[in-house]
Amino acid sequence: MIRWLAILLAGLLLGGLVHLVSILALPRIASQDAYSRLERLTPVNAVKALPSADPNNAPIPFLDPAFATAICRYDLSTGPIKLTVPVSQAYTSVSFYTDSDIAYYAINDRSAGRKVIELDLMTEEQHAALPEDEEITAADRLIVDSPTTEGLIVLKALASDPGLMAHAQATLAAATCKVQTEAPAKADAPRAQR
Amino acid sequence: MRLILSALLILIIATAVGLGATWTTVTRGTDFGTLTIGAWTARPRIGTPEANPYARASVIRSGQLPLGTGDGIAFIANADDNRQPLDGRCDISVSGVTPPARFWTLTLYDNKGHLVANALQRYGFTSEEIVRNADGSFVIRLAARARSGNWLPTGGIERYQLMLRLYDTPVGIGTRTQRDAPMPTITRTGCP
Repeated sequence: MIRWLAILLAGLLLGGLVHLVSILALPRIASQDAYSRLERLTPVNAVKALPSADPNNAPIPFLDPAFATAICRYDLSTGPIKLTVPVSQAYTSVSFYTDSDIAYYAINDRSAGRKVIELDLMTEEQHAALPEDEEITAADRLIVDSPTTEGLIVLKALASDPGLMAHAQATLAAATCKVQTEAPAKADAPRAQR
Repeated sequence: MRLILSALLILIIATAVGLGATWTTVTRGTDFGTLTIGAWTARPRIGTPEANPYARASVIRSGQLPLGTGDGIAFIANADDNRQPLDGRCDISVSGVTPPARFWTLTLYDNKGHLVANALQRYGFTSEEIVRNADGSFVIRLAARARSGNWLPTGGIERYQLMLRLYDTPVGIGTRTQRDAPMPTITRTGCP
């Protein structure tokens, strides 16, 4: 009798451990999470519009159909990223996620306070390596630190009425997201947007 | 021999209990860090790096991207105020007012988070397009067949869930009760 109780107790204790380990390991082993799904659909370091939400064709579940959505999947290993997003009529937001779907930062048009949301995304090491004076001259430049080298930026523009969807999509189509490497950036300069 | 059998039994119990608990907490969700107002539930910390491991695991499993805190907060309801599950074959009304927010959207999803097909291609309402009463309150009528006013088609599916997203809102980690965040009521008005 005591033997069975001991077996049961040991099983339960070990079961608790299995539960904790599996909950903590789940983000690492999942393959159907939002990042893995979007990784297959989006290029790296470029803005890609998601198709408008539709019952038969949703890239990820629980997308808000009232929004135009675009994704910039980033990889900071070659340098910081510069993001510019023009603001639409109704509401525009930019949210940042790590490669395990943790939302670590989000900003909307009102908190950005201007017509174009402009910011630099870099890893903490890249931020620490910025020259001091540059940081002062760029005081009005918004810098976001990414906890991971890879992740997602989700750009959203609200179409407060279905008729405004085309306008919201056009706003996001003008957004840019690219690596700021000094020399190649100059070569790219003539292709400026807006 | 007895030792091996006991060890085997312990391992079997451990696997069943451990993975079973993981499965139920991840699919059903846990109450840790949730905010419940009426029929609506939100996880205010899900849009921050401080989200607890359970919330994180259920986000990963469902495949969604949670709203970041600087963007807004999402409330979900899968039952009415009397705790009866939302049934697409019934008439259900969502009425009242919403907490302060620059914009809100109300969207109908099936259990997996997909939109429900309908001829009108109406999957939800935004705060701008809804028809309101003189006092600013509104009534949204959810039913399989057309209704007057703000009709949200359910497609007649057996179970659905509603998501109310508030954008640019003071509602969040500090919110506790209905007083801070008056949520609309969900009532079943008829069922065939």
